[in-house]
Amino acid sequence: MLGYILTIANFACIYALAILGLNILTGYAKQVSLGHAAIFALGAYSQALLVTKAGIPFFASLILASLISSIIGMLFGLPSLRVSHDHLVLTTIGLNFIVVAIVEYFDFFGGALGIVGLGTPQIFGHLLATREYLILVVGLLILALIFCWFFSRTWAKLLMEAIGEDELAAAVLGINVARIKLLAFAVSSALTGLAGALWAQYIGSVFPKNFGLELSITMLSMLVFGGMGTIRGALFGALFLYCLPEALRFIQNYRMLLNGVLLAAMVIWQPSGILGKGGLLDWQNIVRKRKAQ
Amino acid sequence: MGQIIANAVILGCTYALMAIGLNMVYGLLKILHVAHAGIYTLGAYVGLLIFRTLTKSLWPGLVCAMVAAGFAGVAIFHILYKPVLRRPRYIALIASAGIFAASQELFRLIAGPYPYAFPAQFVFPAIRTKFFYLTSTQMLILSFTVVSFILLYFLISRTKIGVAWQACMQDMDIAGTSGINVNRVITLNFFLGSALAGAAGILVALYRNSVFPTMGALVSYKAFVVVVLGGLGSMPGAVVAAMLLALVESLLSAAPWFEFPRDALAFLTMTIILLFRPKGLFRR
Repeated sequence: MLGYILTIANFACIYALAILGLNILTGYAKQVSLGHAAIFALGAYSQALLVTKAGIPFFASLILASLISSIIGMLFGLPSLRVSHDHLVLTTIGLNFIVVAIVEYFDFFGGALGIVGLGTPQIFGHLLATREYLILVVGLLILALIFCWFFSRTWAKLLMEAIGEDELAAAVLGINVARIKLLAFAVSSALTGLAGALWAQYIGSVFPKNFGLELSITMLSMLVFGGMGTIRGALFGALFLYCLPEALRFIQNYRMLLNGVLLAAMVIWQPSGILGKGGLLDWQNIVRKRKAQ
Repeated sequence: MGQIIANAVILGCTYALMAIGLNMVYGLLKILHVAHAGIYTLGAYVGLLIFRTLTKSLWPGLVCAMVAAGFAGVAIFHILYKPVLRRPRYIALIASAGIFAASQELFRLIAGPYPYAFPAQFVFPAIRTKFFYLTSTQMLILSFTVVSFILLYFLISRTKIGVAWQACMQDMDIAGTSGINVNRVITLNFFLGSALAGAAGILVALYRNSVFPTMGALVSYKAFVVVVLGGLGSMPGAVVAAMLLALVESLLSAAPWFEFPRDALAFLTMTIILLFRPKGLFRR
């Protein structure tokens, strides 16, 4: 039972890390991405290749995998410089298919059989048990949270929000739209790729079938449920929507149905999410209202 | 070679049937209607249900599939899109993606994840020439597509509601102030587009002889590729692009030296075209 809970906690934290990445792109810069599963896959495959083929030690490969996803994620962002919001979503949907097709087709990426045998992660010769791996994941998640908090207090975040509100107006004000968009893609991909790498290392194997459009939709529904554009919303959405089907076993079979309906219902009737700005349980907003009365 | 091209034309017909609905929705509301894939699958399942339980003939199934798909499309507009029409467009898109994922799961839960066969027998002429052979199913797809597009063309260009539709395409607010019932036009638009998608679903199910929950996913994204290639909102462009995509795909996958999966190819092409011609191939 304890092992089961530890496993759930591991996955939930890894997803939270990925959603924090998605939040920077979709929450701040309002570039809706239905292709974050592809970026997750980039991190996972980079990690798998670095560990099994190049034999790079665990911790260094994590950082490298994150860097690689960041760079390729920035390339994925190139279409966003030319096309508007809704076209961008189409290209990000396509990314799922392209990445899966590439890793399935080329033997270098293991083909349809995937890459197995990543082995137990170790630091300085010490094998990490599930419990210790969880400590590592939580540690990285906290680091990421601190990073996101710092990031949300920089100019870059404000510029991203300006672009998300009105691209033309932002450009007229002298904001370098292209640079900020690519920055959003790079930072977002770095976090999501890191999550992918942690995920691959924990499972010990990667298969093309793990990363499809469904994962992308799940990620987006986690973010929208929690509240787009806020760190607490991203964190809450990921943890809650990952743990809920595990806690209530009878939902397990309806997981994707729940995600889909929640995504549609939230975005129409509660667009700021549960914890987002002005959301259902936004405590700052509630406190402010009470003071005003 | 002739056979490959003939098959490609049939494939192109199915893409075009899907793409026309997406295009109508985009042209009017500027919403990317991802849930169209769910309607396509719904058409196939309703057709199969009618075929297996009520009659052993194809035609009632086809009609019921179109009607059910049409009403599903109208319901999606009224429940999902109407409340968010005045908000940023990506909101409707996210909702649409959610409904798409949910509908796939719903079909899986109701009908099971395995594919069903669709063994309908019907009488329809087949064509055999020296160069190619079109089976009666293929002929059905071809003639259905041609007839429905001609009907659609006349509806849009020659009738009152069609002119109203064109007016709404150009500017919905002004059309509304000149006394056009915009709501009715949009409803009709969704009904027709979705009915065609439902018909595409049952026809493809017949052609491939299988119905399964995720059958809509790939075709619908292909339809998006077609819509983007042809230019969002342009009908003739969509038909030409559908044929073009089907032809290129079929020829490339027939070539022995080319093994890259053709589904990914479509998206790669789309991304590249979006980069260099964001308005589509056939639009100035």
